[in-house]
Amino acid sequence: MTYFYAAMAVAAWLFLVGAYGIVTSRNLIHLCLCLVVVQASTYVLLTAVGYRPGGVAPIFIDLKETDKAVDPVIQALMLTDIVVEATVVALLLAIAVQIKKKTGTLDPDRVDLMHG
Amino acid sequence: MRHPGRMGIFFVGAAAVAALYAMSTMRLPGPEDLRGQYMRIINSECVAARHVTDAVTAVNFDYRGFDTLGEEFILFVSVMGALVLLRQTDVKPGTPAPDALSPGRAVGASDALRVWILGMTGPTVLFGIYTVIHGQLTPGGGFQGGVILATAPLLMYLAESFDIFRRITSHRLVETAEAIGAGAYGVIGLLAIFKGREFMTNVFPLGKGGSDVNLFSGGTIPVINLAVGIEVTAGFVLLLYAFLQEMLERKEAAP
Repeated sequence: MTYFYAAMAVAAWLFLVGAYGIVTSRNLIHLCLCLVVVQASTYVLLTAVGYRPGGVAPIFIDLKETDKAVDPVIQALMLTDIVVEATVVALLLAIAVQIKKKTGTLDPDRVDLMHG
Repeated sequence: MRHPGRMGIFFVGAAAVAALYAMSTMRLPGPEDLRGQYMRIINSECVAARHVTDAVTAVNFDYRGFDTLGEEFILFVSVMGALVLLRQTDVKPGTPAPDALSPGRAVGASDALRVWILGMTGPTVLFGIYTVIHGQLTPGGGFQGGVILATAPLLMYLAESFDIFRRITSHRLVETAEAIGAGAYGVIGLLAIFKGREFMTNVFPLGKGGSDVNLFSGGTIPVINLAVGIEVTAGFVLLLYAFLQEMLERKEAAP
């Protein structure tokens, strides 16, 4: 039971630290990485929700007791989430590259794309 | 800090989020009582009903196959977006590719590094293929194996040069593979409609089940798995290609 609240606290900490990084970021690359930290909080939170005490991975090739396995739905969610996150971060970094080319700076406070 | 007001707003918001989150977590029934029937049914039925032993893959490519189709297209679209953003806009036609100006190694790799990487490339490819095709039996699948496979050309770049990277990942071939991988998923889903069933129903023969499960067990699951593996490999190779090209272009522009 305590592990559950510990995981919830870690998730909240990761979320808030990442959000703080995004708010105070002075560099778009740093900002993308802060977003990765925010997203890591969802991994911790959901895997904690899907875990059961004493549970094992839901792979039944050498496991006969199906009631001991953890929630496979959450695991499937996490799996696609991680891959999609990697490509979305790549997209954001590509945007950062273009912003650097167009404006010459990576500081989000000094990027002025509406300048015309 | 140039924006003291911004920090004030952040701390008010963060404190409110933390308080509401703590309140809602305290009210949760706890992991022992959170168990849904969905998990129980999938864990106890997937071996018998789908002839697959990895419940995660069964959820991904069968029970919730429609959701994974959406996620795969997020991947497809973001790779495409990154490629569009990184396309070479300011290069005059006819200009040789950046690394063609300075053939040889892109990075100063030592002989020890090159030998080690060349030795590791084969096992990496083999491990990637193994991870993709055993997705329905053991941990793994198209997403994980695809990423492993995409690192093989990157290893070649580290050991040799960008030229080699481009030669073994012929751009058009990779683009076609990505499109085929993404399209095949949807087509396999549509096959069920032609058989008069719901979209994404597992209509292929399930193959051997029980303790005799093999690579061909699971009906559409291994096929979709393979399609996803091809798509993820191609997508990540395209991303690596675009970012490497961008980096080398920058290096050439500012000698």
